[in-house]
Amino acid sequence: MLAYIGKRLLQSIITLFIIITVVFLLLRLLPEEGYLGAAADKMTPEQQEIYLTNLGLRDPIIVQLGNFYLDLLQGDLGKSITYRTDVPVVEIIADKVMYSLMFGVAAIVLALLVGVPLGILMAQFKGRWIDSLGTGYIVFIVAVPSMVYFLLIQVYISDFFNLPLLFDENKPITWLLPLISLALGPIAFYAMWMRRYMVDELNKDYIKLARAKGVKERTIMFQHVMRNAFIPLAQFLPATILLTITGSIYVESLYSIPGMGGLLVDAIQRQDNPIVQALVLLFSSLGIIGLFLGDVLMALIDPRIKFGKGESVR
Amino acid sequence: MGLYSEKIRNITDKSCEHLFEFAEQDEEQAEKIGYSNYSYWRSTWNSFLKNKVAVFFLILLITLVLFVLIQPFLPNQKSPTEIYLDPETGYQARNVAPNEEFWFGTNSIGQDLWARIWAGTRTSLFIGVVVAVVEVIVGITIGALWGYSRKLEGAFTHAYNVVENIPTTIVLIIMSLILRPSITTIIIAMCITGWVEMARFIRNQIVILRDREYNLASRTLGTPSHRIILKNLLPYLISIIMLRMSLAIPYAIGAEVFLTYIGLGLPVSEPSLGNLINEGRVLMMSPDLRYQLLFPSIVLSVITISFYIIGNAFADAADPKNHV
Repeated sequence: MLAYIGKRLLQSIITLFIIITVVFLLLRLLPEEGYLGAAADKMTPEQQEIYLTNLGLRDPIIVQLGNFYLDLLQGDLGKSITYRTDVPVVEIIADKVMYSLMFGVAAIVLALLVGVPLGILMAQFKGRWIDSLGTGYIVFIVAVPSMVYFLLIQVYISDFFNLPLLFDENKPITWLLPLISLALGPIAFYAMWMRRYMVDELNKDYIKLARAKGVKERTIMFQHVMRNAFIPLAQFLPATILLTITGSIYVESLYSIPGMGGLLVDAIQRQDNPIVQALVLLFSSLGIIGLFLGDVLMALIDPRIKFGKGESVR
Repeated sequence: MGLYSEKIRNITDKSCEHLFEFAEQDEEQAEKIGYSNYSYWRSTWNSFLKNKVAVFFLILLITLVLFVLIQPFLPNQKSPTEIYLDPETGYQARNVAPNEEFWFGTNSIGQDLWARIWAGTRTSLFIGVVVAVVEVIVGITIGALWGYSRKLEGAFTHAYNVVENIPTTIVLIIMSLILRPSITTIIIAMCITGWVEMARFIRNQIVILRDREYNLASRTLGTPSHRIILKNLLPYLISIIMLRMSLAIPYAIGAEVFLTYIGLGLPVSEPSLGNLINEGRVLMMSPDLRYQLLFPSIVLSVITISFYIIGNAFADAADPKNHV
């Protein structure tokens, strides 16, 4: 068991290392104006060259990479250039993470509370109106780009209920629309997944046996089917929760929530390369860390997992 | 005496001739029994037709695509990029509500929204179709190699773990930052992220199929690998491939909307659904101008939903297990 976790940890660290290196090298391709900030227009090309040399951007790429890793180990991700001039990127990110995390986790909880029961209902009344209604909802949410229904919700629902359009920390009523918008996608996802799972599972032999020996429907549902359903869920939950840190670019900027999603767009539009770099690296590593935690969690709760077997692609 | 007694012989005598008479061979009947008129594509089509909802959306989509293609050649059409002037004041006809002259109204600088929406639909569909085709070709090639070759499997899996963990949105952003926005850039950026999913999908299916008995038999008989992949494995996957392809189109349209939203989309002179929705978004605060958001949203939703439903219905229909 410990050996398994250790092996997965080592694998994750190697993958993480490769990803960070690749992303770092990719980001070297960004336009260089992004390092100069507002002063760029006033500088002569020679001055610009000196400035970039001082930042270490004219060193050989391997030296840059080494310096980057040294800084990274000390928790230093550089300083913002245009977004909030000379403020360390780490500080800027720390301010924003809480908003994204809170909205994200609340949306996941809401989605589980609505999506899972919806999926179960759809499976139980397969082919009836509630199933068709749910399928219609899922098709709409999955097929239509989320931007479209986010906009329509913001415009028409806030009009209808006379809600304020933008987020205001001190007015809890303004938290509602962004939260609902964020949850719509996951609700569809959980409902679709739960329905398919239930339909498959209820046809299996062990359920038929349980029915044949007279186990109550309720017990079959909760003791057999549901317990198994949560195993795959447990594998993905850590990654899902961690990835909420990235925030939703659409929802956060539409409601002007001061979270991480909006930060990335802002940093790109203002060409603040250090922030873009820090965010991209952070977001890329979250998936790996989440996957690792998910595998560990899964190994802990599911006794059927064999250790030491080669991992497979999901 | 024994068996061949008189009495018995009498009976056999009667039937003997009959028993050993040659039956006539009826060519026509033999043909009828031996011949099967099963055709894969006809069965697929017949099962598809049973899904009424999907047929409805297929007709809707075909009509829409045909209309979008011939729209510029219809009489009384306006140019999607020309700025129209108000004949009375001589100024630009800004934000004119839908009327007889401008069927869907005009936008904030006086361009005809009707013409822009159909021009935008053409652009978006073009991007979607090209991305889907490239994705399928690259995805199948890599997925087949990855799934079939045991030597390459490890390397591919490692590469996949790296590529898959870099969020798609970020790759899209980086690509469009490095390359300057144009239709080609957007297509390249989307293809770079899109083929990964497809390759994994194909790979997983091929791993499941590659060691089935019929392939084992084929390999023992000395069939070369490329023939096994092309003739034994890929036809099996046609339903999945069609499904992924039809889902790639709405995905590409959505990605275009996203890139436009964060400011990395096509220039405004090149109308696309992403552009139009973004223009509509800017004006959505005033209720009178919301038609500029609503019209492109409706067209976009109809297209993406149609592709999604048709793709799913076709995948069900193309699965031979559902042919009876």
